[in-house]
Amino acid sequence: MATQIQVTVSPALRRDWLYHVQDWVTTVDHKKIGLMYIAYALIFLVIAGAEALLMRIQLAVPNNTFVAPQTFNRLFTMHGTTMVFFVGMPILFGFGNYLVPLMIGARDMAFPRLNAFSFWVAAFGGLLLYFSYFAGSGLYGAGTAPDVGWFAYAPLTARVFSPGHSTDYWTLSILISGIGSIGTALNIVATTLCMRCPGMKLSRMPLLVWLYLVVSGLVFVTISPLTAAQIMLLIDRYLGGHFFDTQAGGSAVLWMHFFWIFGHPEVYILVLPAFAFANEIIPVFSRKAIFGYPAMVAASVGIGFVSLSVWAHHMFTVGMGAGPNAFFTFSTMVISVPTGIKIFNWLATLWGGNIHFTTPMKFAIGFLFQFLVAGLTGIMLSVSPFDWQLGSSYFVVAHFHYVLVGAILFMIFSAFYYWYPKMTGRMLSEKLGTWHFWLFIIGFHLTFDFMHIPGILGMPRRIYTYEADRGWEIWNLIVSSGAIFQTIATLIFVYNLVASYFKGEKAGPDPWDAWTLEWSTSSPPPSYNFAIIPTVESRRPLWDRKHPEEPDAHYE
Amino acid sequence: MFFSLEMPVADLATGPAVLCGACGLTPGVSGAIVHSTPRLLAFVFDQSSTSIFAPQGTPARSIFGLSMLVLAICSVIFLIVAGLLLFTLVRYRHRRGYTQREPAQIYGSTQIELSWTVLPILIVVVLFLATARVIFVTQTAAKPSNALDVVVIGHQFWWEYRYPKLGIVTANELHVPVSDPTQPMPTYLTMSSADTDHSFWVPRLAGKMDLIPNKVNTMWIDPEKPGLYLGQCAQYCGVQHAKMLLRVYADSPGEFSAWIKMQQQTASQTPTAAAGRAVFEANACVNCHTISGTSAHGTFGPNLSHVGSRDTIASGAVPNNAKNLRAFIDDPAHFKPGVLMPAMHLNQHDLDAVTQYLTSLH
Repeated sequence: MATQIQVTVSPALRRDWLYHVQDWVTTVDHKKIGLMYIAYALIFLVIAGAEALLMRIQLAVPNNTFVAPQTFNRLFTMHGTTMVFFVGMPILFGFGNYLVPLMIGARDMAFPRLNAFSFWVAAFGGLLLYFSYFAGSGLYGAGTAPDVGWFAYAPLTARVFSPGHSTDYWTLSILISGIGSIGTALNIVATTLCMRCPGMKLSRMPLLVWLYLVVSGLVFVTISPLTAAQIMLLIDRYLGGHFFDTQAGGSAVLWMHFFWIFGHPEVYILVLPAFAFANEIIPVFSRKAIFGYPAMVAASVGIGFVSLSVWAHHMFTVGMGAGPNAFFTFSTMVISVPTGIKIFNWLATLWGGNIHFTTPMKFAIGFLFQFLVAGLTGIMLSVSPFDWQLGSSYFVVAHFHYVLVGAILFMIFSAFYYWYPKMTGRMLSEKLGTWHFWLFIIGFHLTFDFMHIPGILGMPRRIYTYEADRGWEIWNLIVSSGAIFQTIATLIFVYNLVASYFKGEKAGPDPWDAWTLEWSTSSPPPSYNFAIIPTVESRRPLWDRKHPEEPDAHYE
Repeated sequence: MFFSLEMPVADLATGPAVLCGACGLTPGVSGAIVHSTPRLLAFVFDQSSTSIFAPQGTPARSIFGLSMLVLAICSVIFLIVAGLLLFTLVRYRHRRGYTQREPAQIYGSTQIELSWTVLPILIVVVLFLATARVIFVTQTAAKPSNALDVVVIGHQFWWEYRYPKLGIVTANELHVPVSDPTQPMPTYLTMSSADTDHSFWVPRLAGKMDLIPNKVNTMWIDPEKPGLYLGQCAQYCGVQHAKMLLRVYADSPGEFSAWIKMQQQTASQTPTAAAGRAVFEANACVNCHTISGTSAHGTFGPNLSHVGSRDTIASGAVPNNAKNLRAFIDDPAHFKPGVLMPAMHLNQHDLDAVTQYLTSLH
C-alpha cells in the first residue's frame, strides 16, 4: 500500500565498486549503519570465537603446552574484551539502529550524522585493540596483545607490572568505543522520545523500543565511570598519578568499584536487547499479543534501576565486611523479581497460543530455558557465602556464559533469522537453520553445563593449565569437545547468511505475518522507510490492519 | 527458624536429606530425591581434593549447608518453571488442521501477575535471611584467645607465611594446628599483597579471601582432620597465576609443636654443604632470599632457611627433590615460564654444590 518512490542510479554507476564503497562509507542511513554495526560485530564474533577455541584446546587436557602461558593470558583478555565491547555492544546497537526507527514509524534516527560518527569511532576502537598484536611493545619490540584480563584489575595494569603499550591499547580502545556507545545511546533516546509517528504514545511503543530506551539510559550512567576510570589509569601510567598505583598509596579496590559500577549494568545493557527480541519474536510465533505489556515495561525499567545498585556482588571476596556483603546480596536477589516477571509473562504469552516452531522460535525457546538456568545460578552466586566459594571459579565462567551465550547469543541468532528477511528481502534457509540450531544447542550444553562442575571442584578461572590430580580432567575434556559442535554450527550459520543473500527464497514485506510497523514497508525497506508516515492506534498496528473487525485498540 | 546453622550437617549423605525436609518438600518427593541424589553428588564431588562440597572446616561447612538450601530452592523453581514451559510448548504447539485464524488474544491479568510478583519476593526474603546469618556468623566471629595468628602475603607467584608470635617465616606450605571441634583452635589469617591482587582459596576449609596490596583482610580456618588441604590462587595475578598453588598442612598438636621447634632453629650448617653455602652467599641469591644464620637477607623471594623440609618447590609446582631443585636453580622458567627468578647461569660444579646445600636445609 506504500507508494514507492524510485531513486534512479545509472547502471554504469551500479557496477562501479568504488561507488558502493563511497556509498557505505559516507552513509548516514540508520539501516546501512545498523548493517555495518552487525557485519563488524560478526567479524569480531568469529575472531573472538577462534580465541575461545584455542583456549579450549589448551585446557582439554591437564599440563598441556599447546599455547604458552603469556599467549593464553592474552587470549582470555582479548576474548573477553572483544566479546563484550566489540561483539555484544555493536551487534545490539546494530539491531537497535536498524529496528528502532522502523518500529516507531520514523524515517531515520534523530541525529543521522552523530550515528555515523558513533559507528566509525566504535569500529576504530576495535581495530585499535587488535593493532596491539603488531605494536603492543612499542617501537622496538614485537607486538603483544593486552594480558591483564577483561576487567584489568589494578595494580596489574600499573606500568611496573604491565610495561610496554599493550595495556594502553586496551585502555584507549575501550575509551574510544565508549564515546561511540554514548553517541548511539543519545541517538536512541532522542529518537524514541521525539520521532514516534502520530498515535504512537509511549504506552503503545513496541516493547523492543522500550527496552532500547532503558538500555540507552543505562549506557549513559555506566559508560561514564568506565571512561573516567580509563582516563585515571592513563594519568597513572603517563602523568605520575596514583589513583590505582598501590605502590604509591593508591587503591586497587577503587578500580574495582569503578569497573563494576560499569560492569554489572553492562550485563543488563547486553541482556535487555535479548529480552527485546524475545518480546517481539515469542508473541508472533505464538500468534498472541504479549501478556502483561504494562508489567513488562515496568519490569524492564525496574531492572534498569536495580541493576545500578548491585555492582559490588563482584567484590564479595575483596573484604568489604559483613554489612556491605549483606546489602549487595539483598539488592542482587531483588533483581530476580522483575526478571521472574518477564519469564512468567513469556510463559503466559505462549500459553493458549498456536506455537510455530520456526528457526527464530527454536532459538527463542532455547533462550527461555537457558535464561531460566542462568538466572537460578545467578541467585546461587548472589548468596555471598556461596560466592566466597564459587566466585572467580569456573562456576562463574559457566554462569555468565549461560547468560551471554545461552540467553543473549541465542536471541541474537533468533533475531537474525527473524529480521534477515526484512534486511535483505530474502529468507534464511530453514534447513540450514535447523542444523545450526541443533548443533549449537548440543555444543552449548556440552560446554557450559559441564563447565559448572570444575568450578564446584575448586578450579579457578584464568589458569592456563591445571594439575592432573584434582578430578577436573574429564569435565574439561567434555567442555572442550562441545566447542567443536559450536564451531561447526557457527560456520553453518555464516554460510547461511552468505548463501541466502544470493539464493534465498524471496521474503516479501511480511513473511511472518507479524504486527509491528517494520513489516508494513518493503523488504529491504527503501532509504526513507515509509513513503507516508503511518498513524497507529494500538501496540500492534498491523494486527489492527489485518483484523479490522477486532482491533487491539478496543482492548488496550 | 526452619534452618539452623548449628544443625550438624554430618556429611553429604544426610545433609540434603535434612535440608529437603526443612524446606518443606513432601516426604515422598524429598525421599526420592534424597535417596538418589546424595550418592550421585558424592560420586562426583568427593573425587576431588578441592571440592567445595566436601567441607572439612567450620566456614566451609556452614557455606555448604547454606548452599544445599539454595540448591534445593533453585532446583524446585527450575523443575516447576521448566516443567510448565515444556507442557505449554507441547500442549499449544501448532497442529495440522488448526482451523481458527488466530488463537484468543489475552492481554494480561492483574491477579495472576500479582501472584508471580509476590511469591518470588517471599522466596527472596527467606533466602536473604538464611544468607545474612551465615555472612555475620562467619565474618564477625569473635576471635578466641587461643587462636593462632598467621600473616599471609601474596607475591607474584608464591605465598609468604609469617608467624609473628612464634618468630617463624616460611613460604608456600602453611602449617596450622588441627582444630578439634570440642576444643576449637582456629587459625586467623591476616592477609595482604606485596604486588598484584591474589586470592587465598582452599575450598575444603573456607571460602576465598582476596589479598590486595595496600589493604589488610582477615579470614579464619579450622581444619577438623589432620592432613593436607589443597587450593590455589583464585585472583588473576599475572603470567604464572596458574602455578601459584596452595598447600595447607593441618598438623596434630604433637606434629605442630615439632614443626614449630624445627622452624625456629637457625638454618642447619652441615659441614659437607659448606661449599654450596659459599656459592649461595657469593651469588645474587642473597639479594632475594633469606637463610637464617647466613649473610642472605633478601625478601623478594621465599625464605629458604628450611627449604629442605618442604614437600614441593616453586609454590607447589613440582615435588622437592634434588633433581627438580637443580633444574629450577639452573632455569626457573623451565617449570614456570614467567617466574620472576632469573636463570642463575651457574657452572655445573656450583649448581651441584648449591643444590646439595639447599637440600641439607631441614
